[in-house]
Amino acid sequence: MSIAHTLLGLLESGPRHGYDLKRTFDEKFGQDRPLHYGQVYSTMSRLLKNGLVQVDGVESEGGPERKRYAITDAGITDVSQWLAQPEKPEPYLQSTLYTKVVLALLTDRSAAGLLDTQRSAHLRMMRILTDRKRQGDLADQLICDHALFHLEADLRWLELTAARLDQLAKVVAP
Amino acid sequence: MIPEASLLAAHDLRKTYGSTPALDGASFSVHPGEVVAVMGPSGSGKSTLLHCLAGIITPDSGTITYAGRELSAMPDAERSALRRSDFGFVFQFGQLVPELTCLENVALPLRLDGVKRKAAERTAREWMERLEVDGLGAQRPGEVSGGQGQRVAVARALAGSPKVIFADEPTGALDSLNGERVMELLTQAARTTNAAVVLVTHEARVAAYSDRDVTVRDGRARDLEHSA
Amino acid sequence: MNLLDEKRPAPPSHPSPSARTTTALRDLGLGIRFAAAGGREGWTRTLLTAIGVGLGVTLLLLASSIPHMLDARSARSAARSVSDTSGIQPPASGTTVLRLDTSSDYRGQEIDGYLMRAEGANPVLPPGVGRFPAPGEMVVSPALRELLDSPDGELLRERLPYEITGTIDDAGLRAPNDLLYYAGSDTLTRDQGARRVSDYGRAGKSEPLQPVLVVLLVMVCVVLLIPVGIFIATAVRFGGDRRDRRLAALRLVGVDIRSTRRIAAGEALFGSLLGLLAGAGFFLIARQFADLVEIRGIMAFPGDLVPAPWLAALVVVAVPLTAVLVTLGAMRSVVIEPLGVVRRGRERGRRLWWRLPVPLLGLGVLGLTGRVTETEPVEPYPIALGAVLVLVGLALLLPWLVEACVNRLRGGPVPWQLATRRLQLDSGAASRAVSGVTVAVAGAIALQMLFAATSADFERATGLDTSKAQFEASSVNITGENAAAAVAKLRATSGVEAVTGSVTVDASRPGDYGSDDVRPSTTLTIGTCDTLRELARIGACADGDTFVAHPTDQESAKWVDKTARKGGSVQVGETSGTAPLLWTLPADSPTVQVRPDELGGEHEGIMATPGAMGTVTVRGATFQALIRVDETVPDVAEYVRNTAARLDPGMELFAWEEIEQDRQYADIRTGLMVGATLVLLVIAASMLVSQLEQLRERRRLLSALAAFGTRRATLGWSVLWQTAVPVTLGLTVAVAGGLGLGWTLTWMISKSVADWWVFWPMLGAGGTLIMLVTLVSLPPLWRLMRQDGLRTE
Repeated sequence: MSIAHTLLGLLESGPRHGYDLKRTFDEKFGQDRPLHYGQVYSTMSRLLKNGLVQVDGVESEGGPERKRYAITDAGITDVSQWLAQPEKPEPYLQSTLYTKVVLALLTDRSAAGLLDTQRSAHLRMMRILTDRKRQGDLADQLICDHALFHLEADLRWLELTAARLDQLAKVVAP
Repeated sequence: MIPEASLLAAHDLRKTYGSTPALDGASFSVHPGEVVAVMGPSGSGKSTLLHCLAGIITPDSGTITYAGRELSAMPDAERSALRRSDFGFVFQFGQLVPELTCLENVALPLRLDGVKRKAAERTAREWMERLEVDGLGAQRPGEVSGGQGQRVAVARALAGSPKVIFADEPTGALDSLNGERVMELLTQAARTTNAAVVLVTHEARVAAYSDRDVTVRDGRARDLEHSA
Repeated sequence: MNLLDEKRPAPPSHPSPSARTTTALRDLGLGIRFAAAGGREGWTRTLLTAIGVGLGVTLLLLASSIPHMLDARSARSAARSVSDTSGIQPPASGTTVLRLDTSSDYRGQEIDGYLMRAEGANPVLPPGVGRFPAPGEMVVSPALRELLDSPDGELLRERLPYEITGTIDDAGLRAPNDLLYYAGSDTLTRDQGARRVSDYGRAGKSEPLQPVLVVLLVMVCVVLLIPVGIFIATAVRFGGDRRDRRLAALRLVGVDIRSTRRIAAGEALFGSLLGLLAGAGFFLIARQFADLVEIRGIMAFPGDLVPAPWLAALVVVAVPLTAVLVTLGAMRSVVIEPLGVVRRGRERGRRLWWRLPVPLLGLGVLGLTGRVTETEPVEPYPIALGAVLVLVGLALLLPWLVEACVNRLRGGPVPWQLATRRLQLDSGAASRAVSGVTVAVAGAIALQMLFAATSADFERATGLDTSKAQFEASSVNITGENAAAAVAKLRATSGVEAVTGSVTVDASRPGDYGSDDVRPSTTLTIGTCDTLRELARIGACADGDTFVAHPTDQESAKWVDKTARKGGSVQVGETSGTAPLLWTLPADSPTVQVRPDELGGEHEGIMATPGAMGTVTVRGATFQALIRVDETVPDVAEYVRNTAARLDPGMELFAWEEIEQDRQYADIRTGLMVGATLVLLVIAASMLVSQLEQLRERRRLLSALAAFGTRRATLGWSVLWQTAVPVTLGLTVAVAGGLGLGWTLTWMISKSVADWWVFWPMLGAGGTLIMLVTLVSLPPLWRLMRQDGLRTE
């Protein structure tokens, strides 16, 4: 899962402080693994260096200095590209895919399209595995089947999510 | 809109049952020797699309072209004749005539198309061999297992050397091993005879036997490879 | 597994008998609840069964009403008839009536009629008549009034020149369609053939049925009722497959096999009880229309249709019992598992060994009974038993035969293959229906052969040559003087080609003859010279002359001379009377040769002109005429009858061309035809229902076949073959069995088979049945072949 892309995507709805970003991230995606503030700081400085964000302003009201970050045009393009790019079909993708779907919903991009693209990528992978299975020996077949069943599980998740997009949108972006 | 060199193509099909739209501007195409999976949730209109493509029902509007002929404009008798000669069918269940033997069931489409009994049964026997059910010739469908029955059905769909095979959830009633074997035999046979296959399924692992997949949602077919 | 379940002796808990009864009752009740409250589907099934059973029950109730109907008819018939001891007649009194039978036929219908003259002030009245008809007036039955008022009755009105002044009540009629009149006269005398009547209803007991008729009646009932039974059994099975699926669902929640049977029995019981009610309802409705419906001449008053109590009770008990037994029997071939219904294939074919003995036993019984001659009394019951065993045996043989034949069928075109394979898999329903056809048709053929044999027998016995003459008239009121005029009038009737007529009376030699001797006798013909010249080669003739006419045959001529002794006395008229009338044949009577008449007949014996008889009143002389008509003239028979009625209302006219039948035979034959028609309809209905049910069951398959591009015609033909194969087999068995049985029965009553081709109409009816069932099945078949069946959702 790309934390940088996720933070960038969160910035699309408006400039935020580093601490604010961490809190929003934890709230929406970090149930199991909350971000360290240091992670946010280092990610932001990398993005700043790549010109994907810029410092919108600095505040220091009776405390340490706090930078407010804003996304640049290059940053928006980068988020779009990331969302449009299907993940390489592999097991345990849900967290990334979930993040992508939520971000798409938050930024008014097509979550359904994203899911369809992902479904296609999965199916393509399954087709390749099926082909390999047909030509391979029993060991190949068993290995391929294992992967196929996992991919199928993901695909089912994709389908289920696609069917519940409206519900999810209401929860994520009320 | 209709891709060049396609064997069977549909453009902007619409079909309404009562007030429920089953197809709402669906387009589709398949090439000779190509296996296309039609996927989508229940009630999305995938079976309706298949029935339209096969000329079993006529769409309310839109065009279907098969080998350069306008299918949607043909009278019923001509469409029936086409189904006998050029198409093959596999359904989920309930398609074998229970009182005929398996061999007679496989020979049925040939005989309906006017082939003499002996010749039809000879061809049928060959196909049953290819589908590994050659021992069941004299059995009745009620006496064979689901997987065997479905293989008999596939043999029947192939026996008439069809140009297009329509398979509607062909593995729906089978376990995964049997289902995959049936798919394996079906697609293999179709590829060797250069027949196109339109495969309606909601199972990804079945769809994985296809060359390409089309998703039907809310009565619209999306061909992702082509639009991407 | 299920077999083991069934055989397990008892559940381990050993419930007490009363608890078991409670369970059984609970199961039955559950079944009834399913039948009554099973949603729309359950209701449809129950309703179908009820209607089917109801129709069967209606037929059974109608059949059980026949005894009462016949009793009521014959009681009313007896009530209006008079004592038939012909010799002794009561003395004249204030209540006696002179009555002349003037019955005749009109366009094939019998018109009963009497001319009556009151001899006193208070004449007795026939039943149903309120006032004695005055001279020139008549009272008529409602059916006759209707006929006379209609344009159809125009010719009959000429024959009955009386004014209608009243209607005969139901009490005086056998049936609503009785054509009857009583006309008044003031000139009628006993010499005109009238009989003195002092009261009505003195016919005594009506004749018991002849034994042969008993045999026929028993067979008619069997022939008609077996198919009804089969129909009821079929009706109970309506919708059985859905019921089995529902029972499977019950098995899933823990109901055991025995309980499912009881539940099914409960459902069948409820359906058949509703059927009984429906049948009673249909019967009550149908009986209201009894006097509006005329089936092949049979009609009844609604009040006559009362089921015999013991027969009705039998129906009430037997129908639900049959329903339950049939259901339990049908469930034997089905295993109801919690997860679905398994149809137990017939591992072994139907067996022949217990079927074949039944018809053979029947033939054995018939064979042992042997031939019956007309003179010996007939023991009807063995014959009836034998015939019934043969018919039931045919019905039992048929399922075996259908299976055996169908299993040998191979190949053929697709529709044929579909049909034969279908029959191979399950020929039960088809054979059941066809068994009904077989019994009906075989019985009908056998009975028709019997009728044909008996009626042909009559024709041979009369030896009448209808190419010479078609009518024979006889009257006691036309005398020698006006015989010629009568002949002329008949001759002048339109359509009449030739008439010969004469007045004759028996003449015999007086004297005492022992019982071993034969009294010589001949005929005395009385007529004018012109009439006599027609009959014999007479030269000079004047009134008062007499002749002896010799036939061409010498032996016969000698026999004539034994009575006709010139100058000797001759006894004229009846020989048994108290005072024989003696008349002397003048010695100068010339002997002449007879002249064959226009119709080729010879009139031998004594011939006398009216003057030669002097003042002697000849009693028992009758006018007899033979009439030849041009049969192409429409209604020629009615013109002849009208002329005859004008000459003498009491004149009797026989039509030779019509097959004379015993009235009772005609009734049975009529009943048989009515019944056979109904039975074929009933069978068509039951075949149709099972056909439609089968089609509905296979809607998915039909849609799939349609998807392959199967032509409608292909499936249409397969439906046709599916009906045609068993029906054809059944008809073959029926024709063979019927002809065999008919031949045997004909042989047994010492007659010979007159008509081997009686089965043609039955074959026609069978063909019609096949077409009917197929044609009605086609629209639903085509509807089911549409794509709807493919939609799984």
